[in-house]
Amino acid sequence: MTISTAIIFAVVAIGVLALIFGLVLGYASIRFKVEGDPLVEQIDAVLPQTQCGQCGYPGCKPYAEAIAEGDDINKCPPGGEATIKKLADLMGVEPKPLDAAHGEEDVKKVAFIREDECIGCTKCIQACPVDAILGAAKHMHTVITDECTGCDLCVDPCPVDCIDMVPIAQTTSTWKWDFESSPKGDIPIKMVS
Amino acid sequence: MYPSFDSIIETLEAGKMYSFPGGVHPDDKKSLSNTSVIKKPSLPELLIVPLRQHIGSDGICCVEVGDTVLKGQILSQSSSPFSVPVHAPTSGEVVAIAPHVVAHPSGLTEMCISIRPDGKDTWCDLSPIANYSDIDKNKLIEAICQAGISGMGGAGFPTHIKTSTSKPVEFLILNGIECEPYITSDDRLMREHAWQIRQGLDILTHLIGPKAIVVAVEDNKPEAFEALNIACQDKKDYRVVSVETKYPAGGEKQLIQVLTGREVPRNGLPADVGVMMFNVGTCYAIADAILHGKPLIERVVTVTGEAVESPSNFRALLGTPVSHLLDEANYNPKKQKAPKVIMGGPMMGFTLSDATIPVVKTTNCLLVPAKKELVDDNAERPCIRCSACADACPASLLPQQMFWHAKAKEYDKAEEYDLFDCIECGACAYVCPSEIPLVHYYRQAKSEIRIQRDEKNKAEKAKQRFEARKERLEREKLEREEKHRKAKEARLAANKAKEENAVADNANSAVDAGATEAKDKVAAALARAKAKKAAMQANAKDESNTTNTNEPSTAADDKKAQVAAAIARAKAKKAAQAQNEAQLESADKQVEQASSPEDDKKAKVAAAIARAKAKKAAQAQNETRDESAVEPSTTEQPSNQSSSPEDEKKAKVAAAIARAKAKKAAQASQSEASSAEKPAGSQGEKHTELSDTEANSELNAEAQKKARIAAAIAKAKAQKAAKNSEDGQPDKSVSEQGAPTQLDEQPDSHSKEPLDEKQARIAAAVAKAKAKKAASQKTQASSPDGEAGIENQDVNSPEEASFQSVSDQNSSAQSDSASDPANNLSEADEKKARIAAAVAKAKAKKAAKQEEHQGSEQTDANHAASTNEADEKKARIAAAVAKAKAKKLAQDSNGNLATSSNTAEQESSKAHEQSESSSRVGQATSTQAPSQPTAQDEKKARIAAAVAKAKAKKAAAEQEKES
Repeated sequence: MTISTAIIFAVVAIGVLALIFGLVLGYASIRFKVEGDPLVEQIDAVLPQTQCGQCGYPGCKPYAEAIAEGDDINKCPPGGEATIKKLADLMGVEPKPLDAAHGEEDVKKVAFIREDECIGCTKCIQACPVDAILGAAKHMHTVITDECTGCDLCVDPCPVDCIDMVPIAQTTSTWKWDFESSPKGDIPIKMVS
Repeated sequence: MYPSFDSIIETLEAGKMYSFPGGVHPDDKKSLSNTSVIKKPSLPELLIVPLRQHIGSDGICCVEVGDTVLKGQILSQSSSPFSVPVHAPTSGEVVAIAPHVVAHPSGLTEMCISIRPDGKDTWCDLSPIANYSDIDKNKLIEAICQAGISGMGGAGFPTHIKTSTSKPVEFLILNGIECEPYITSDDRLMREHAWQIRQGLDILTHLIGPKAIVVAVEDNKPEAFEALNIACQDKKDYRVVSVETKYPAGGEKQLIQVLTGREVPRNGLPADVGVMMFNVGTCYAIADAILHGKPLIERVVTVTGEAVESPSNFRALLGTPVSHLLDEANYNPKKQKAPKVIMGGPMMGFTLSDATIPVVKTTNCLLVPAKKELVDDNAERPCIRCSACADACPASLLPQQMFWHAKAKEYDKAEEYDLFDCIECGACAYVCPSEIPLVHYYRQAKSEIRIQRDEKNKAEKAKQRFEARKERLEREKLEREEKHRKAKEARLAANKAKEENAVADNANSAVDAGATEAKDKVAAALARAKAKKAAMQANAKDESNTTNTNEPSTAADDKKAQVAAAIARAKAKKAAQAQNEAQLESADKQVEQASSPEDDKKAKVAAAIARAKAKKAAQAQNETRDESAVEPSTTEQPSNQSSSPEDEKKAKVAAAIARAKAKKAAQASQSEASSAEKPAGSQGEKHTELSDTEANSELNAEAQKKARIAAAIAKAKAQKAAKNSEDGQPDKSVSEQGAPTQLDEQPDSHSKEPLDEKQARIAAAVAKAKAKKAASQKTQASSPDGEAGIENQDVNSPEEASFQSVSDQNSSAQSDSASDPANNLSEADEKKARIAAAVAKAKAKKAAKQEEHQGSEQTDANHAASTNEADEKKARIAAAVAKAKAKKLAQDSNGNLATSSNTAEQESSKAHEQSESSSRVGQATSTQAPSQPTAQDEKKARIAAAVAKAKAKKAAAEQEKES
């Protein structure tokens, strides 16, 4: 067995291996093809879905697409720091502070229509991205509080300015345990030191 | 695999126990309060009953402020299967239904019913069920639900949900462990009310039918164990077992593990492992509810701690403010740094924010610790990773990891460490050497995660709604487009059908059928073009060049077509002028016939008759000059007649057309007898007046029908005239003239009636055909006597000839425009109206031009064409101007007539012509006006009127000069 035959054997063996793996990979790429862009879906799932458009895109999905394309992750005031952090984790980038150009993080609010002032123009109904306003032309409108995302989009179109953004009242079920208001360390029997 | 039933029974029989991991042994401090009997506190001044005292949803309040309620009266109705009602704890008056601070660590408010006790403590009607084993289980469960019983151990799970399980239950466990330090309420209850607890157990056994019943009591409560043993001694299958004291053995999952060795799966219920567990307090309440009919309105509450002088258990009414119970227990605030009351035990309880917080169904203890009992709030030190908490954890979790992530707000990672399996027993915090309040961190993390989940759900819902809305908007858009498309198709189809009909009718040339939009315009242009063609055909021998230009123009699009039509008209006029009058007239007649859409079959018949008569009349006319006056008078008749009824617009239009024709006829006759016109004119006037009076008397009252009648009368008169002049030299050209005029008149008068379009077209076709015939006859006639006649007429009345042509053109175009609006009125098609306006304008201009410059026809035509090209607005304004002008001119000419009745025939004819054209234009525009809402710009109209006035004056001056 000369060196040349050894070389030939090696080349042939590697060639055959390359062919096999190539075929396997080629098949796998077809068989397990990923449909769509799962990243956009993931980003969209992180976004708060208020559809407020404060990011400059017409809804959360377009912003998700923009982020996937490389846009900044700090343009979502309703999501706030938590969303930015999640996006940073997801995108593998450093979290940035919220871009003040797109608004400040605020308490959660819902729209409230002062119903005796409503003239029934339906403009807010058309503006609402989630169909959370009920009413008909020349009839009083009202907001379905549970469906309202607090996106603020109905306030501007109102010709009589009868829509207020009311902070959501905290209830016992939405309350977050706060160490300031509720003191900790109240185990009286505990005498450690 | 968990232990089988038999092996469990075996171990229980052997007195052995399983165990749970971890656990702590804190100083239980139960001796503080378990030595005294359960006291009954005094009635508080105000009872505050929260509508929600359990896990689940609020009930619906069913009392109002001011209502007097009896003890045990139901206050709220169940709104869902998971809610239980609340009851009035004593008799009294409802003083408020308002949010009030409730027993929750947040110190937030919830809806509460405030009752001011009347002190009588009168019970409502109670309905005890003594023989519970005889009645339906569902009714028992309903009774338990209506009694408002929910778990009294701490969680407050509605009992009726538990008891109505469908899963097979092997073990019914009565939980009398009460492992948490300080608390002795269950202990005292078991000691004092063991028999009632046993009764409750009987009911539960009946309801659930378990294989084995276990009563578990911790071994630090020997008295309670003894009492229960005695209570259950007659039932051999009630196993009262003593359980080793270890915190938190009283936890549901831990006790199940201790007794059966089975572990409740995560997110599972005890029923999943064949176990059902009830607190002794719940059991007591069930017995109360079934056997005594009493709803759950009170419970035993331990008030303990070093800060109260006499720690004790109280049978407190639900809704009793905490402060009242503290007073009963002689609370001494001096023993505390700051007022601090813990609701629940020291391990799992929470600090209350307000002393008016009411006792609820889950309140088992009020702990008021002295300052020496408490550790410093700010004693928290960093975690030293000692893992003592992990050793103490009864759920085998890794508290330090969860703490780590919870503190860093990495909630997803905390969840990965099974945060939600934490029972918040506080064992980890108890053992923590760094005094880290671990449970608080877990609670915080849990609430945060729950809120995030809620938000996520809400976001998902919002997303769905957003998407649904987007979809809906898209769909609506498509539907709208579809609708528009269909409407357009329908419109196009209708237009096409119309067009096809028109094309079929207009046998001469169906050139422009293809144009889609504004087919009406095209059609109008076509009609005009065809009319011209007809005229050309008549003139073919003399002027062939001009006709050639018409052909391509018809093929052009609508605007161009209009322009071309105007040009063509102008050329046709020139040609007509060049030729003799007879030819012109016949051509005009053709134009009229072809263009004016007639309506009924009757109209046709009438037309035929009229033609015949008119011929006769014309023949008579030719003989004598008098007849020439008669002819116009007869033709005048319908015009006057039809003009007098002013109610119907169509009638007016038709009248105008009729008048125009009559005049033409008159002119024709006058031009025939060119020299001596004065008497004829005067006669004509007289005749007209006569006929006017006649016609008016007959026709003023009604509209359309009478118009027809008038036409008939006119016919009759024509006949008379014909009879009067029975001489026989038929000048064919004149006869042709007469015939078509008559022909035209009557159909026109008929056309005032609401038109059937198809019929109108048919009529038009018929008329066209007739016109052709006439034309051919004319040409024949003109060829023999041609030159001389032409010469004569040219010499005698060039002005007339020109006027004639103009008037003819006008009338033809007018008939177009007039008939168009007539048709359009029903459709209210703006475009057509505009076309008509443009036409009217062109005509008005022409008329004016011809007045001023009679020779230069071509320039006029060109001018007209150019103006036609002008945009629509201008056209409208111009129309208004033209109308005004025409009116002025008419007035002027009338004035001329009135002042100088002896003026030359030319003048009179001119005046006639002028008035005709003006009236026509005016009518055309007036018919347009209603159908054209945009044309009513008053200002413009006024300006235009002023301009027109000025022009009219000029024209009048020139007229006078000429005359």
